Amino acid sequence: MAALYPAYPKQTLIALRTLVWKETHRYLRIWVQTLVPPAITMTLYFIIFGSLIGSRVGVMDGYSFMEFIAPGIIMMSVITNSYTNVVSSFFGAKFQRHVEELLVSPTPNYVILAGYVAGGVGRGLFTGLIVTIIASFFADLEIHNIPVTISVVFLTAVLFSLGGFINGVFAKKFDDIAIVPTFILTPLTYLGGVFYSISMLPDFWQGLSMANPILYMVNAFRYGILGSSDIPIMTAYTLVIGFIIAGTALSLHLLKRGTGLRS
Amino acid sequence: MPELLCQSPFHPICSQKREGPQCPPVGYLNLLNSTPDPGWLSIHEQPGTLQKEGTNSYLCTLWPRPCDHRLGFPNMNALSLRQLNKTYSGGVTALHDVDLEVTPGDFFGLLGPNGAGKTTIIGIVASLVRATSGSVKIFGHDIVTEPWEAKSNLGLVPQEFNFNQFETVSQIVLNQAGYYGIDRRTAHERAEYYLRELDLWGKRNASSRSLSGGMKRRLMIARALVHEPRLLILDEPTAGVDIELRRSMWDFLRQMNERGTTIILTTHYLEEAESLCRNIGIIDGGRIIENTDMRSLLAKLKSQSFVLDISSAVGDLPNITDFYVVPIDEQTIEVEVRGDQTLSDLFKQLNAAGVEVTSMKNKANRLEELFVRMLGDRDNPPAKAV
Ligand SMILES: Nc1ncnc2c1ncn2[C@@H]1O[C@H](COP(=O)(O)OP(=O)(O)OP(=O)(O)O)[C@@H](O)[C@H]1O
Ligand SMILES: [Mg+2]
Repeated sequence: MAALYPAYPKQTLIALRTLVWKETHRYLRIWVQTLVPPAITMTLYFIIFGSLIGSRVGVMDGYSFMEFIAPGIIMMSVITNSYTNVVSSFFGAKFQRHVEELLVSPTPNYVILAGYVAGGVGRGLFTGLIVTIIASFFADLEIHNIPVTISVVFLTAVLFSLGGFINGVFAKKFDDIAIVPTFILTPLTYLGGVFYSISMLPDFWQGLSMANPILYMVNAFRYGILGSSDIPIMTAYTLVIGFIIAGTALSLHLLKRGTGLRS
Repeated sequence: MPELLCQSPFHPICSQKREGPQCPPVGYLNLLNSTPDPGWLSIHEQPGTLQKEGTNSYLCTLWPRPCDHRLGFPNMNALSLRQLNKTYSGGVTALHDVDLEVTPGDFFGLLGPNGAGKTTIIGIVASLVRATSGSVKIFGHDIVTEPWEAKSNLGLVPQEFNFNQFETVSQIVLNQAGYYGIDRRTAHERAEYYLRELDLWGKRNASSRSLSGGMKRRLMIARALVHEPRLLILDEPTAGVDIELRRSMWDFLRQMNERGTTIILTTHYLEEAESLCRNIGIIDGGRIIENTDMRSLLAKLKSQSFVLDISSAVGDLPNITDFYVVPIDEQTIEVEVRGDQTLSDLFKQLNAAGVEVTSMKNKANRLEELFVRMLGDRDNPPAKAV
C-alpha cells in the first residue's frame, strides 16, 4: 500500500492538474457530441412529457408534473453523462493505447483515477447545469435546500464516474462500453422514479423499487429542489457514500493489478 | 567541500568529479538550456548552489549530506534485470530467466529475431507488462518499490505508435511533461527545445493523426525526452524511416549518448546496431544467448564473404589456393576470407593471374553475417554422430 502522503507532492499535483485539464479539454473539444445531445433530448422530454402529456397528468405529490419530473431529468442527464464520459474516455485511451503514456510515467494510480473521475464529474455537472437552465424555461424551480441539492448531485456524479471507470477497465471492445448504460443504467434510471412517484405503485413494485439505488439519488435530489421525497435522505447519503468508497477501492485494486491494462 | 563540475548546460547529465565523505558520489545533475533548472536541487532535496563558470559549464557545489538513496549512484547500473520470467496469459513463455546489466552511459543494442522477446523485456521495464517473476532496477531503483524514482529516470519510445490521435503535437509533449510533474514553464521550454531538435516545431499545432510515419517516430522520441530521463529505451525507432531521416536520428541519438544519456535500442537493421552500439545483447526464444561488447562480438566472426566483380570471365579464372571461391555469374565471384587470411593474399593471387577486380563489396554487413550464423546454428545443430 502506497503511503497516503505522496513522496513528491508538488509533482503529484502537477500530474493531477495535467490529467484533469486533459479530460476537461476532451469533452469541451467534442462538445457537439457531449454537451449538445443531452440538451436536445432533455428539451424534448420537457416538451413532450412536461408540457403536452403533463398537462393531462395533473398534480403529482402536490407538484405540477413538470415540476415533479424536472429534478429527475436533471439527475438522469448527470448520471448518464458522467458515466459515459469516463467509460468512453478511458476505453478510448486503452484502445488507442495512449493510456500507456500514463502507465509508463510515475503518475500514481490514485491520480489516474482522480483525473478520470474529475473529467466525468465535470461533464456530468456541466450537462446538469445546461439541463437545469432549460428546465427553468418550463418550470418555476426554486431550490428548497441548496446544500442537499449540490452535495447529492456531486456525489452522484462521482459515483457514476467511478462506475464508468470500472466499466472502462473491463471493456475489451466498443460493445462493452454500451452494454451497461443500455441494459442496466437506462432501465434503472427510468424505474428510479424520474417520471413518477413510487407511492403510485402497488406494494410489491414499491418494495422492488427500493432495491434500485438510483431511486435514492433521484429522490434525494428532488428533495433538495422541491422539498419532498419518497425516501429518507440519510439513507440516500449512506448508500451513495458507501458505493463511492467501494467503487474507489475496487478501481484502485484493478489499477494496481493492471487488469485490462498490463498483459 | 565536495564539488561537481558540470559540462554541457543543455543536457541533463553532467559528469561528476567528487567523492563525498558521507555519501557515495552523486554524480548526476539536471541542467536545462542556458539556465540551470532550479527545480533540480529542490526535487532532489539537494542543498547546494549552481554557479556559471563559462558559456558551457557550471560549477555545482553540493553540501555534504547524508546518503539519499532516491538519487541512485553512478556505480549503479542504469538497468539491471534479475531472473526475469514472463509467461503471457495465453501460455506463451516469452522470457526465461533473463539477467541483464546495462552500465551508465552505455549505448546498448538488444538484438534478436521477431518474437524473441525484446518488446516483452522493454514492456516489463516500462511497467506495461507484468513480469511473472524477477526484478527490474533502473539506476538502482526498483520499479515496484520505488516507482517514482525508477520511472522518472526512464524514457520510452515504444515499437508501435501510441499517442492520442486527436491531440496536437505540442499537447502530447506537454501532457507527458505534466505526468512527470514538470512545471508548465519548464515543460514549455523543453517541449520547444526537443520539438525543434527533432524538426517538429513547424508541426506543433498539427494533430498527431496528420503526421507522416517518420514524424510520428520523432514525436515519440520528443515525448520520451521531455522529462530528460537518464535511460532512454527505443524499440525499433527507425522501422519504416527513410535513409536520410534514419541517419539524422542516428546523429541525434549519438549526441544524446555523448551528453550522458544511457541508450538501449532494439533494431532489425544490423548496420544500425554496428554503427551505434558499444555493447550488444542477443536474445533468442526468450533467452539471452550473447551479451558482450561489439568488438569481441565481431571478433567471433570467423570468416567474411566478399562479392567481387572481375574483368575476365569466371571460366578463365586460375585456381586460387586456400580461398573458397563460388562463381555467381559470368564476371562475379564470391570469396570467403577466414579470420587468419587477408584480403592482400587474395589480391596477390588474382594480380598474378592478371585478373583485375573492378569492384568489391561485403556480402552482408559483418554483424548481420554473425547474426545469421548464430541463429542458423540454433536451427541446424551440429549433426550428432550415430
Ligand atoms: N500480449 C501478448 N500476449 C500473448 N503473447 C504475447 C504478447 N505479446 C507478445 N507475445 C508473445 O511473446 C513472444 C515475444 O514477443 P515480443 O513482442 O517480445 O518479441 P520481439 O522480440 O519484440 O519481436 P519483434 O522483433 O517482432 O518486435 C512472442 O512469441 C509473442 O507472440
Ligand atoms: Mg518487438
